[in-house]
Amino acid sequence: MHLKLSKNTEKDMSKNTELISKSLEKRHRSEKRFRFFGILGIGTAVIFLITILSSIFVEGKGAFKSTFIQLEINFDQEIIDPNKTNNPEEFKFANYKLLINDALKNYFPEVKDRKTFRDLSVFISSAAEQNLMKLAMENIEIIGESKKIWLLASSTIDVIHKNPQMENFLEEDRLINNIQMSWFNALKKNGDIKFGLNTNFLSNADSTEPEQAGILGSMLGSFFTLLVTLLLCFPVAVASGVFLEELAPKNKFTDFIEININNLAAVPSIIFGLLGLAIFLNVMHLPRSAPIVGGMVLALMTLPTIIISTRASLKAVPPSIREAAIGLGATKFQAVTHHVIPQSMPGILTGTIIGMSQALGESAPLLMIGMVAFIVDIPGSLTDSATVLPVQIYLWKSTAARGFVELTAAGIMVLLTFLVIMNSVAVFVRQKFEKKW
Amino acid sequence: MLVAAALTIGLSSQVSSRDQIKIVGSSTVYPFATVVAERFGKTSGFKTPVIESTGSGGGLKLFCAGLGTEHPDITNASRRIKMKEVKKCTKNGVTDITEIKVGFDGIAMANAKSAPMLELTLKDVYLALAKDVPADPEGNTVKPNPYKMWNEVNPALPAKPIVVIGPPPTSGTRDAFNELAIERGCKKFPGRKALKKSNKKLYKKQCRSVREDGPFVEAGENDNLIIEKLVADPNALGVFGYSFLDQNRDKVKAAKVDGVFPEFEAISSGKYPVSRSLFFYVKNAHASVIPGVKEYVREFTASKAIGNDGYLVPKGLIPLPEGERAKFEKDGKSLAKFDAKVLQKK
Repeated sequence: MHLKLSKNTEKDMSKNTELISKSLEKRHRSEKRFRFFGILGIGTAVIFLITILSSIFVEGKGAFKSTFIQLEINFDQEIIDPNKTNNPEEFKFANYKLLINDALKNYFPEVKDRKTFRDLSVFISSAAEQNLMKLAMENIEIIGESKKIWLLASSTIDVIHKNPQMENFLEEDRLINNIQMSWFNALKKNGDIKFGLNTNFLSNADSTEPEQAGILGSMLGSFFTLLVTLLLCFPVAVASGVFLEELAPKNKFTDFIEININNLAAVPSIIFGLLGLAIFLNVMHLPRSAPIVGGMVLALMTLPTIIISTRASLKAVPPSIREAAIGLGATKFQAVTHHVIPQSMPGILTGTIIGMSQALGESAPLLMIGMVAFIVDIPGSLTDSATVLPVQIYLWKSTAARGFVELTAAGIMVLLTFLVIMNSVAVFVRQKFEKKW
Repeated sequence: MLVAAALTIGLSSQVSSRDQIKIVGSSTVYPFATVVAERFGKTSGFKTPVIESTGSGGGLKLFCAGLGTEHPDITNASRRIKMKEVKKCTKNGVTDITEIKVGFDGIAMANAKSAPMLELTLKDVYLALAKDVPADPEGNTVKPNPYKMWNEVNPALPAKPIVVIGPPPTSGTRDAFNELAIERGCKKFPGRKALKKSNKKLYKKQCRSVREDGPFVEAGENDNLIIEKLVADPNALGVFGYSFLDQNRDKVKAAKVDGVFPEFEAISSGKYPVSRSLFFYVKNAHASVIPGVKEYVREFTASKAIGNDGYLVPKGLIPLPEGERAKFEKDGKSLAKFDAKVLQKK
């Protein structure tokens, strides 16, 4: 009997082993498949990321340089200071375009009639006039002298300079005609055309001329807007998070509030823009297009994000800390402010920074309150008209002039840089101060 | 909350006065208005005006919302103000406005450089894009638009699917396109023309509606996007303003409409059929309160800006005849009140 049984078991066992070894192969295969799909997923994501980043970089790197043309400018006293006052303040009223026109005429003496000259005068940007004015005002001794000066070229010439293949295009497909192309080649042959650093990009606000447009205006606009957002959002969100998590009684009312906060986090951002239009502009009569209103709208949007992360990081602090504090005679308030909040600060800060970088990239709610606008003056306060980085990128993208293509990409690079910095700060804060329990 | 309260109190003093012009309105006028504003800011000593591109309809809505510094001073429009909007303005206290015409704009129909050139008539455009097309040759009855290929509309056209990318209904360009291209093509049918007299409402509905079954694609208020889509799809035809055509001649080429290319001379002489006027409207009550409004209007109407050799011409604006420009320059100087009666005559 016994023997029979064991024989049977042996048989069963060998059968089982066989079964297992068969299924093992299958299970290994399925694990391999799983790994393969995982790697495939990550690989696709990485390829997309690289494609996007490299296409932005390739398109945008040109924006950091602009074209300059060297001309011999004669600082004619008759034009700059006809009354011979020698007072730099008087120089402001001179027509510096005439100096540039004379220099161009000297360089290309064959250009005689007015119509052809108009084609030539588009070579130099109108910003060059201001540069000459500055130069004359700062160096009075230059008046009456001739000097070779590098002048900013117009965006059209810049595009031609950056895309040499355009020379071989048909005349009607090119941005400039054949005569202009021959002038361009003459300048190039004489070494009077070169690339220089595009300082306007980092020191100007928006402009209709691509070579004069810059990102500083919208950078400051973003700064002021986020400042308002942070000042409003952080105290309110942390206070409500702490109250709800630590002090509030658990009842239907607080449950109701909690559900609402979680729902608010999922509301599309444009709704907050409508709210801002209805309340901040129409009821409170705050100025349109101002960073203060933008900041208030974005604060509404960011509040739930920070409240939720505050509560999550408070929850992560073990109850023993609170119990120990209370056991030693601390009040509930003391236990929270002295022990729980300091322990959960890294989590709260991380949440805040991530909420802020979300707000930095937001443009939809700002459309409603007039921050999607053409603004040339650099904002200096919370009530000045301003726009923000993502909006500036959108505005450049929708402009007809060719030179804005690379500015758009360069704007995206600036925005991405700020986002990467903010997110790395968040990661750093978390790793540096995080406590393991 | 304290911070918010403090900020709000600090603001209230600033809100009551504003020293910067606020402009809203058409995305077609936007590129011209921004150039004027930038020059104005650099040369006049006033702050540079802030310009929002909201579309003609959206701009007039904001403009007519009332008097006071929170409302814009000027709105740009790529079509004339409508009676409905004048009434809304009057209701909200905006009774005194000045109308300035700044120039013309042609609406081009263009496709990718690599695609064959199209020669369209307004009738072809109507038949290809209207929601309802005539069911009989006279156009007495209509049926839902059945055409999918260009050669079904007109045998002379290529056997390619109808794909037209154009602006959304909030755009002045779309309003003008519906009126100037679709409706005029519609009028070529005697039965449709007769309907205008007998039932104007139905006529407007049937002759100005664009089909919604696929061949007409709405692309949003971004003409650059339309150009990119055209380059990607050689079968597609795009609808956008002349200035965008002018800037992108290396990528797209225009179709002839009724035998005429959308070129500078043809648009300004009125030979090209799909062209319209560009306007802006000034709130006269604001002109004495907001510094710079009068000067801005003067800059925009000056010969150096919108005249034949003006600085807006290289940007794609098609100038008014000199006499008409001078009239609007005068209107701008005196802020001549706009008389809504001219709208009724039409």
